[in-house]
Amino acid sequence: MAHFTKATSVHDWLNQRLGIDTVRRVMATEYWIPKNINFLWAMGMVLAITFALLLVSGIFLLMYYQPNVNTAFDSVNYTIMREVDFGWLWRHVHGVAASVVFLVIYIHMFTGIYYGSYKKGRELIWISGMLLFVTFSAEAFSGYMLPWGQMSYWAGMVITNLFSLGGLHADGLVEWIRGDYVPAQAFLNRFFMLHVLLLPLAIMGVIGLHFGALRIPHVNNQDGEELDFEAEAAKYKAGDKKHSKVIAFANDFMSKDMFVVGIFLIFFFYLVFFHYDFAMDPVNFDPADGLKTPEHIYPEWYFLWSYEILRPFSTNVGLMAFGFAQVIFFLLPFLDRSPNAVPASRRGLFFIWFWAMLIDMIVLTSMGKVPPIEPYGSIGFYAALTFIGLWIALPIITMLEKKA
Amino acid sequence: MKNGRRGFMGKAFGAVAGVGAVASLYAMKKSWDPLPSVRSAGFTTLDMSAYKENELVVEKWRGKPIFVLKKTAEMIAKQNEADKARDVLVNGEHYMVCIGLCTHLGCIPGYDPKGESFLCACHGGMYDFTGMVTKAPPPRGLDIPPFKIDGNKLVLGEEGPEYKKMKETGITL
Repeated sequence: MAHFTKATSVHDWLNQRLGIDTVRRVMATEYWIPKNINFLWAMGMVLAITFALLLVSGIFLLMYYQPNVNTAFDSVNYTIMREVDFGWLWRHVHGVAASVVFLVIYIHMFTGIYYGSYKKGRELIWISGMLLFVTFSAEAFSGYMLPWGQMSYWAGMVITNLFSLGGLHADGLVEWIRGDYVPAQAFLNRFFMLHVLLLPLAIMGVIGLHFGALRIPHVNNQDGEELDFEAEAAKYKAGDKKHSKVIAFANDFMSKDMFVVGIFLIFFFYLVFFHYDFAMDPVNFDPADGLKTPEHIYPEWYFLWSYEILRPFSTNVGLMAFGFAQVIFFLLPFLDRSPNAVPASRRGLFFIWFWAMLIDMIVLTSMGKVPPIEPYGSIGFYAALTFIGLWIALPIITMLEKKA
Repeated sequence: MKNGRRGFMGKAFGAVAGVGAVASLYAMKKSWDPLPSVRSAGFTTLDMSAYKENELVVEKWRGKPIFVLKKTAEMIAKQNEADKARDVLVNGEHYMVCIGLCTHLGCIPGYDPKGESFLCACHGGMYDFTGMVTKAPPPRGLDIPPFKIDGNKLVLGEEGPEYKKMKETGITL
């Protein structure tokens, strides 16, 4: 049995039982972060804080929301918005955070792509990050069902229909997912369960994996330089902080991190208080009606690029292109054949690839929002082809880079 | 001997756990199935004498919209063989009876009585007055629900001989 002595303080009492000093050292004071980074390295913390905002606002919404096809719409638009004190605050925080979290996820992803932070031992960080993107997408979609407005209903109809897998006509699978022939009570109830329990649990689990995957390879830096973390840490601990290339996660790095978070939160609460409408589609303020499709259906902005890859093709080809778009980012560490883990600006053709991909995704996003008429249809079609073409080109241009 | 017993215990534990896991997955799958009450709520009877020519009426069957369009004499004259095979004939009158969900991704197309055509606003698919596709992306014409002709009435959800024939010849799914 372990030997315990009479505690000299509360800290000592806890330390003997939980080893809090060790935990603090491992997690904070001796977790090393390179100095050579910029504000883009704070996006992880911005995401963690946004997730916390979603969780807290969600808890308060959950106290009044009713997952019933007859009462769901009013429980959101009447009870929460008009009766509950500050109910509007939780709803607007939740809605704005759900939208903004994707903006930050995209910034976080493209930062990783630009700096090559998905290779040389960092593959699992990328893959777990993509898993988070997928689980966040499912979380956003299931949450969008809950107010049971017109957009909720018809997005639910269209997205679950994707599972009929086009020419395979797997209508049984679609009915199984919905628990009915059309989205109805069973559908609303199970998506409610997914949104408030199963998917948040999965997200928290994958966040743990994401952080864990970061621990051994450490955070990348602006030059993709391979650091000897032990040697640099030894310098830091010996007091030579000036010449050490690393700083401690806490309090050194956290103080900078929280500064960026502070700036972000000013922007965030500006949106919550003055521009929450961008996250609230007017069509969704009409109650769900299974016999009336809205004039123009479009997903939330963060799904538009993949929606636009689905849209210009015939059903089966569109589904295949859509499926391609969903999984291809997972394979980035393996499709990039170059061993160079340096910023894209020093990688020749890859630099062009990076900006072409970013611009193409912005074009796809804007075309996904407009009705499917000319010339938008054609622009969307070529942008979708460009997306697929860029991914096919990636292994080739990165292999050429290896020879150079 | 000892290892043999350990191995046996391990395999026995694994087998029991495996059976339990498969059984619970089966229960989970079945719990997601549509309820019997949902499955059985599903016959709609339409009185076909009430419809007017070239006026689309949207009925409801199993929560889905059903398009009923009584065809005009001009429409009937315009039809080719494939179109005629989709006709539902009740008391000598010609009707289009279709599930009003776009076969692409399930939006409800809108009817334009002047153009005698349907347009799906979601992805721009178009159908003519017989429910056949005239513009992609829909992969096939509007589906025809199971029906049975009963004098002046049409029962949706039951499979009559006319419907079975359509299904066999691949006119509808």
